[in-house]
Amino acid sequence: MRTPRLAAAAAAALATVLAAGCSTSTGAAPEPDAAAAQSSAPAGPVTLTYWTWAPNMDKVVEVWNEAHPDVQVTVSKQAGGDDAAAKYLTAAKAGNPPDLVQAEYQMLPSFVAADAVADLAAEAAQAKAAFSEGTWGQVTLGTDGVYAIPQDSGPMMLYYRQDLFEKYGIEVPKTWDEYAEAARAVRKKDPKVFLGTFSSKDPGSFAGLAQQAGAQWWSISGDAWKVAVDDAATVKVADYWGGLVKEGVIDDQPYFTPEWNKALNDGTLLTWPSAVWGPGVLASNAPKGKGKWAIAPLPQWSAGENVSGFWGGSSTAVSATTPHKAAAVRFATWLNTDPQALDLLIKEAAVYPAATKGGELLTEAPEYFAGQADFWQQAAAISATARGFTFGPNVNVTYDAFKNAFDKAVQEKSAFSGAVRQMQDATVADMQKSGFQLAQ
Amino acid sequence: MSTATLPITPAGRRRARRRGPYGVAPTAILVLGALYCLLPVSWVAVAATKSKAELFSTAAFAPGTGLLSNLADLSTYRDGVFWLWGLNTLLYAGGGALLSTAVSAVSGYALAKYRFAGRNLIFNVLIGGILVPSVVLAMPQYLLFSQIGLADTYWSVLLPQILHPYGIYLARVYATAAVPDALLEAGRIDGAGHFLLLRKVALPLMLPGMVTIFLFQFVAIWNNFLLPFIMLGDDQKFPLTVGLYTMLAAGANQPSLFNLILTGTLVSLIPLIALFLTMQRYWRTDLSDGAVK
Repeated sequence: MRTPRLAAAAAAALATVLAAGCSTSTGAAPEPDAAAAQSSAPAGPVTLTYWTWAPNMDKVVEVWNEAHPDVQVTVSKQAGGDDAAAKYLTAAKAGNPPDLVQAEYQMLPSFVAADAVADLAAEAAQAKAAFSEGTWGQVTLGTDGVYAIPQDSGPMMLYYRQDLFEKYGIEVPKTWDEYAEAARAVRKKDPKVFLGTFSSKDPGSFAGLAQQAGAQWWSISGDAWKVAVDDAATVKVADYWGGLVKEGVIDDQPYFTPEWNKALNDGTLLTWPSAVWGPGVLASNAPKGKGKWAIAPLPQWSAGENVSGFWGGSSTAVSATTPHKAAAVRFATWLNTDPQALDLLIKEAAVYPAATKGGELLTEAPEYFAGQADFWQQAAAISATARGFTFGPNVNVTYDAFKNAFDKAVQEKSAFSGAVRQMQDATVADMQKSGFQLAQ
Repeated sequence: MSTATLPITPAGRRRARRRGPYGVAPTAILVLGALYCLLPVSWVAVAATKSKAELFSTAAFAPGTGLLSNLADLSTYRDGVFWLWGLNTLLYAGGGALLSTAVSAVSGYALAKYRFAGRNLIFNVLIGGILVPSVVLAMPQYLLFSQIGLADTYWSVLLPQILHPYGIYLARVYATAAVPDALLEAGRIDGAGHFLLLRKVALPLMLPGMVTIFLFQFVAIWNNFLLPFIMLGDDQKFPLTVGLYTMLAAGANQPSLFNLILTGTLVSLIPLIALFLTMQRYWRTDLSDGAVK
């Protein structure tokens, strides 16, 4: 497989150039006057390009294009994830970004820091009502600006094998302590089976678990950033999983690998703390588990609590240099708040819409979860308890540090809290190097 | 490379027999190398026949039953965009390799057969160019192409691959050996101009060498990922490598398309294999010709 390795190299190369580009002044600053003048008097149909990696987005956009002959949107499907963010930042630096771009919440701050996305506060004010307070906070970054329209979100929940829980006589764990007990019990009943696994390749999942515990990795105080990747909540989460891995009661193979797929499929892995988009993954990776998986709220840190975190989710941002800002915001608002568009997003693009109205549209449980008729009602209830945190401008560095440090910690069976400290150090060092002001 | 060792093979064999067990070692190493290269390819071929359900549940080298349905799914994926990517790749690799071969042949011939001021300097700069990996150049090229407004066009992928230092180097070495000065001299006495000499005398003699350059460039462009990945934003212009990558990195929250990607990879290998089988002939005469001279 040469492409992933090349892609990593590409991302690294892009990052280097970006770092170099940061020191130079941006030549292509947005001209609000010109943009406003042009959008108030459009001559002929406006054409917008839209970079996204959601499947079938072209079909959703087709509906918009038919109804709006004056604003025609062209979808260009890109590779998702970190590469997409690096590619967009490079295109913005080079002066030819698309008009609209799909931006993961954790990447949005880096787009803002690079002046690559427009502030939509004036145009998108009416969209605010369509989202919950927590979701909207992900696109304002706790400021007065609005840097994107939320598209999908990923509140976390516990996926578990209902049939095998019964077979091994385990209750669905309500707290993380019960989860640890259940992990030990499973190992005693069948040494081939694991209750769960800790993935050292998925920083997004770890961030979600830390959010649940109340972590605040970044915050803005005045003009300075405060970085606390190694706060007490995060260390607690890390040491909890580190202890289980060391004890050998939890597996340590990463998610989304063929081995992991196999374990999900043949019933040797019983739970997966994941996000609301899990059904698609399970249905395609573990076809044999159909009807056997169910969801429950994440185990809690203390009994009686009811909180969750977010894993993944993305928004629609508008490029800072687009000459058609008003039209772009109109499209982004329609795409993410209009009931017809939300319906299409659910059916065609398989996303869990961030808009509160989206939950009402989801009534019939996914086919894979036929055994749990109230799947979406449960998901909506869990979704209401999810809390996030403000992401910083260099999440990619933090996430890379996670992968390196936790890979090593898992291999050497060393304390996970040490790995968390390495994440903190790497994040702080990078922000200092890039010239961000840090509060102590 | 293999033909270069041909003349000494009989002697080598004789020596090998005398040396006893050491004689097997080179063969064993080559067999290991062949296995190392061919095993992953054969895995792709086998895995492409598996359906989604079979892919991760059956043994690695057990053939599956889903090849036809995979091909059908691949063809209908986003209204057949895969075949568009295939056509794009053919355009990039075919067009790019042809243009690159033409440029290389003419420059190599000029460098080999004409004496002019700065000839050695140009050649040394070219040699230096061979040492710079094209990966390093992709980013600056993108920024430059953005400035002249050519980013995200077919030209942005074609142009950077036309000037290929290694191709020019090969062409020069080949022209030095394959085009005798006496022949050019005779042509000149008969009153042929530079262009006629190039067309009627030099190029026919250099043809096998040009085939080699064409093959090298064709394979290099066909496999190139980074340049088109950086240059192109419009997915209708993607080559297969970048297109397949967008299928692979569709985001963790999307159902994976592994079976389609594997089938697509296999399909994208077939033209390369076909090209090698048909053009192998030229390659062999080329290398032995060069050796004889």
